[in-house]
Amino acid sequence: MREDIIVINQVGKTFITEKGANIPALQEFSLKIKENDFICLVGPSGCGKSTLLRMMAGLEPVVLGQILYRGYEVLKPDKRIGMVFQEYSLLPWRTVLDNVGLGLELAGTPIRHCRETAIKYLELVGLEKFSGAYPYELSGGMRQRVAIARALANDPDILLMDEPFGALDAHTRILLQKELLKIWEANRKTIVFVTHSVDEAIYLADHIIVMTAGPGRIKERIDVNMPRPRDRANPVYGKLSSRILDMLEEEVVSSQEAVTPKTYHFPGRVTARS
Amino acid sequence: MAKARNTLLISLIIPVLFVILWWYCAQRVDNSIILPQVSEVSSLLIRPMDNLISMGSLLSNILVSLIRVLTGYIIAVLLAIPMGILMGYYSTMFTLFNNFLGLFRPIPPLAWVPLVLAWFGVASFATLSGIEQGQLYTWLSSLKLSMVFIIFIGAFFPILTSTIYGVRSVNKTLVDSALVLGADSRKIFSKILLPAAAPSIVNGMRTGLGVAWMCLVSAEMLPGSISGVGYLITHAYTIAHTEIVIAGMISIGVVGAVLDLMFRIFENRKFKWQRLAR
Ligand SMILES: Nc1ncnc2c1ncn2[C@@H]1O[C@H](COP(=O)(O)OP(=O)(O)OP(=O)(O)O)[C@@H](O)[C@H]1O
Ligand SMILES: [Mg+2]
Repeated sequence: MREDIIVINQVGKTFITEKGANIPALQEFSLKIKENDFICLVGPSGCGKSTLLRMMAGLEPVVLGQILYRGYEVLKPDKRIGMVFQEYSLLPWRTVLDNVGLGLELAGTPIRHCRETAIKYLELVGLEKFSGAYPYELSGGMRQRVAIARALANDPDILLMDEPFGALDAHTRILLQKELLKIWEANRKTIVFVTHSVDEAIYLADHIIVMTAGPGRIKERIDVNMPRPRDRANPVYGKLSSRILDMLEEEVVSSQEAVTPKTYHFPGRVTARS
Repeated sequence: MAKARNTLLISLIIPVLFVILWWYCAQRVDNSIILPQVSEVSSLLIRPMDNLISMGSLLSNILVSLIRVLTGYIIAVLLAIPMGILMGYYSTMFTLFNNFLGLFRPIPPLAWVPLVLAWFGVASFATLSGIEQGQLYTWLSSLKLSMVFIIFIGAFFPILTSTIYGVRSVNKTLVDSALVLGADSRKIFSKILLPAAAPSIVNGMRTGLGVAWMCLVSAEMLPGSISGVGYLITHAYTIAHTEIVIAGMISIGVVGAVLDLMFRIFENRKFKWQRLAR
C-alpha cells in the first residue's frame, strides 16, 4: 500500500480584500494524495486552485483545517515540496544554468557542484545547449522547461504545478506534456497539476479532481484508468472529456445564477458574492 | 564607424556654437569681471596644476571636493539601501518610517545649514578620530562634518526612494519561487531582492551622486572651509576673479558629467537583462 504523502483536511480559506469584503476562496476541502500519484485539479476560474496549491507549498498560511505532508503540518515552504509557477518565475539576471542551480545554491552547495547538477537536469529537459543563455533569450516553452528543471534539480518529494503550460501554444503544450510524463515515470515523483484544459488533465492524470465554482470544494473525483501513453482518439478519452466539460459548465452556470445584480460588485480585481 | 563619427560631430555642434557666442559676447562686453575671455578661462583649465590666487591648484581643489562628496555619498548609500530594502519589503517598516521621512524629503539640503552649523560647528573627521597632526590630519581636517552632512542629506533621499520602488516592483513570483526552493529571508534579500532591484537602486545612486555633487558648492560655502571647488568659486568671486569662477564651474560640470557617464556605462554593461527582458 502506498503511503499518503499529502492529507488535506477540511481546509477553508477566505480572503479579505483591502476594502474589507470577504472572498471565500476554498471551503471544507479534503483530499488525500498517495505517493507517486499524478493528480490534476480542474475547476472554474477563481475556484481556489492556485490558493490550494500555494497553501500546500507553504506560501499561504492554512488557517482553517489542516494540510499534512507525510504526517507533519505544512507551516512554511519546504524544499521537499517543489512548485512550478505559470510564468515569470525565472530570475532574469541569471543564466539558464544558474537558474536551474538556484535551489542547490540556496542550500549552500559549492557553485561548481550546483552547475554540474544543473546541467544534468537541463539535459533531462533537452536544453543543455542553452545553459549559458538568459531567460529573455528563450521562448515561453523553453522557459517553462527550465522552470521544471529548476524544480526537479532540488529533488523534491512532490511537485506542485500551477498551470505550467497555460501560456503555451497547443503544439508546444502537447510536447511538454509528453516530456513531463516521461520525467514523472522515470523519477516517480508525486505531482499535483492545476490546469484549465480538460484534455490536458485526461492526458496526464491518474486522478482528476473537479472543483466547484468558488468557494472551491470537490465536485467529483475521477480516476483515469487508460494506459499511457494515452490516445486522444480513444472513445473513452472523448467521453470522459465531454463528461468533465459538462460538469464544469454546470458549475459556471450555477455560479452565475447565484450572482444577483444587487450583490454583484467589483471590490478590486475580484468578484465578491455575499 | 562613420555613424559613430557623425554622432560625435552632431553632439559637438551646440557646444562649439556656445563657445563662439561666449567669445563674441566677451569681445563686445570687454570687461573680464563681467565676462572673461574664452582664452583666460581655457588657459586656467589647460594647466589645472598651477597654483591659483594662493588657494592651491584647480586639480587639488577638485580632489578635496571629490573626497568630501564621496564621503557623504558613501554614508548615504550605506544607510539608504538597507533601509530602502526593508521598507520596500516589509509594509510595516514602510508605514513606520514613510510619513516621518516624507517630512524631511522636501527640505532642500541648503536649509539644513544653520542647524548643521549649530550641531557640528567646524568639527571635522580629524576631531572625531583624534588625529592631530601629519598628512592624514590635513586631509581629515578638510573633511568637515557639516559639509559631509549636507551632502549626505542630498544623496540619501533619491537613493532611498528608488530602492523602495525597486524592491516593491520585484515580481512576487520570483520571491515565491525562491521560498519554495528553500530560501530563508537572508537569502531572499541577497539572491532575489537585491539583484532584482539593482537597476532601480543603481539608478537612484546615480541621481543621488548628481544631487550630492550639486550640494557641494553650498556645503563648501560653510565657515571653516578653506579649500574645494565650491570655496574656490566663492572666494574668487569676492576678489573679482571671474575667470576662476567660470573655470571652477566648468570643472564642476565636467566632473559631474564624468561621474554620471561612469554610472551609465556600468548600467549598460550590468543590466542588459533588464532592457532585454520581456
Ligand atoms: N491575495 C488575494 N487577496 C484577495 N483575494 C484573493 C487573493 N488571492 C486569491 N484571491 C481570490 O480567491 C479566489 C480564488 O483564487 P485562485 O487564484 O486560487 O483561483 P484559481 O482557481 O487559481 O483561478 P484561475 O483558474 O483563474 O487561476 C478568487 O476569487 C480570487 O479573487
Ligand atoms: Mg490560478
